[in-house]
Amino acid sequence: MGAIIPGGVLVLWEVLSRMGVLSEDGFSRPSRFFVAGAKALADGTLLAQTAQTFAAAGQALAMAAIAGIVLGAILGLFRPLERAASLTIESLRPIPSVALIPLSLLLFGFSRDMSAWVAAFACFWPILLVTISAVRSVDVRLIEVGKLLGYSFPRIIVKFALPAALPAILVGIRVAAGIAIVVTVTTEIVTNPRGLGFAMTMAAQSLQADLVWATLMWVGVIGYLLNWSLERLERRWLRYR
Amino acid sequence: MLEAQGVGVVYGAQTILRDVSFDVQEHEFVCLVGPSGCGKTTLLRALAGLAPISAGRATFRGAEVRGPQTELAVVFQDYARALLPWRTVTGNVALALEARGIPRTEHGERIRPLLEKLRLAAHADKFPSQLSGGMQQRLQIARCLAQEPQVLLMDEPFGSLDAITRQELQDEVARLAKDERRTVVFVTHDLEEAIYLGDRVIALAANPGRIAEIVSIELTRPRNQLATREDPRFLEYRHRLYKHLGH
Repeated sequence: MGAIIPGGVLVLWEVLSRMGVLSEDGFSRPSRFFVAGAKALADGTLLAQTAQTFAAAGQALAMAAIAGIVLGAILGLFRPLERAASLTIESLRPIPSVALIPLSLLLFGFSRDMSAWVAAFACFWPILLVTISAVRSVDVRLIEVGKLLGYSFPRIIVKFALPAALPAILVGIRVAAGIAIVVTVTTEIVTNPRGLGFAMTMAAQSLQADLVWATLMWVGVIGYLLNWSLERLERRWLRYR
Repeated sequence: MLEAQGVGVVYGAQTILRDVSFDVQEHEFVCLVGPSGCGKTTLLRALAGLAPISAGRATFRGAEVRGPQTELAVVFQDYARALLPWRTVTGNVALALEARGIPRTEHGERIRPLLEKLRLAAHADKFPSQLSGGMQQRLQIARCLAQEPQVLLMDEPFGSLDAITRQELQDEVARLAKDERRTVVFVTHDLEEAIYLGDRVIALAANPGRIAEIVSIELTRPRNQLATREDPRFLEYRHRLYKHLGH
């Protein structure tokens, strides 16, 4: 059902292209870029680039999730700390992550780390903010139950507060996963000679419009698949609801 | 064994409880009744070590109660908030065993009899959201028993259940208290429930919360939903305590 719109657009596109309404130089045509995409998939280049982009985005998401959840739990539990940190958070958060590309390049050179750190910066904020508010809104009754059963404070956090906050945190991670792909591909387009972003830049420079379109759609497909698998994971973990 | 010694609780400018003193004997079933706002829940929380005491003290076996301790279990009225929704029935009971450091291999043999006793054995793998209100409350009681406390502090545990479930659970709790020889402090705003269950009923008055009257209930056990409630002495207790409920 949801495939009607993209399918229709592709058919219309093909027709308009064959009628000469859309210029082939820029728009290519669906039949061509499916061929180009299939070829890139078959010879392994597209998969190798995807692996590079995924590895960087995955590293970014993992770093952001660990830092965001740990820090978010601490700030969510201790109000005074959160107040003390809020100025720092609110002045760092508006910095566009891509503005960190030059700095990251200096620190890490052309490498996976370079993309990963820039993307991690972007992913960190939604996870941090969601975790703070989720931990803060954990029902005090659950904490009391933990105390009455004889749990120590750290174990109450692990056994009661974090699982109670998990549904919200997982939504934060799913949002961050999308951001991780976007920012990683951006760093690859701007500077880093790796991954899907670089592949598109190269294809454009050699005037292969079909390959640019094919790669672009491939990014859309893997973004969709990533979100889909995270949603599945969420449903599995939260099947108690 | 569990004693309130001149307990006073003040929140800001408001005095919730003033000079409340009583002693709960071992294996005794004590009911606290009073009009809403008389501080009966606060009193129970103070005994459990959950609410700060401003004057006097609460003691358990002679030692001051300074915070929650595992010998004192609390059954909350709002069972849905007290259960972990992400844990199954078994998992929620296991929580009490994990806290006591009991090896996982022993969990099964300890949890099974508890679930049978509270008629939850058929629902061992369900999540709380899949249970009825009465079942959820029985689960909370099972978890408290797994804690192996000496005293059960129950805060209007049947307040949000329907009348039939309520009577069933009253009889179950009365039987548990007797079979397992537990000491129970039971808060309720339902006078008949207090008389039906209690060895003693402590009536509280409001503004500020204080003891109005303590009555020993000399009704035979086991009690019966029909016979006990029709007993002339039951009605006598009811008449005697009724005036404390703000009528």
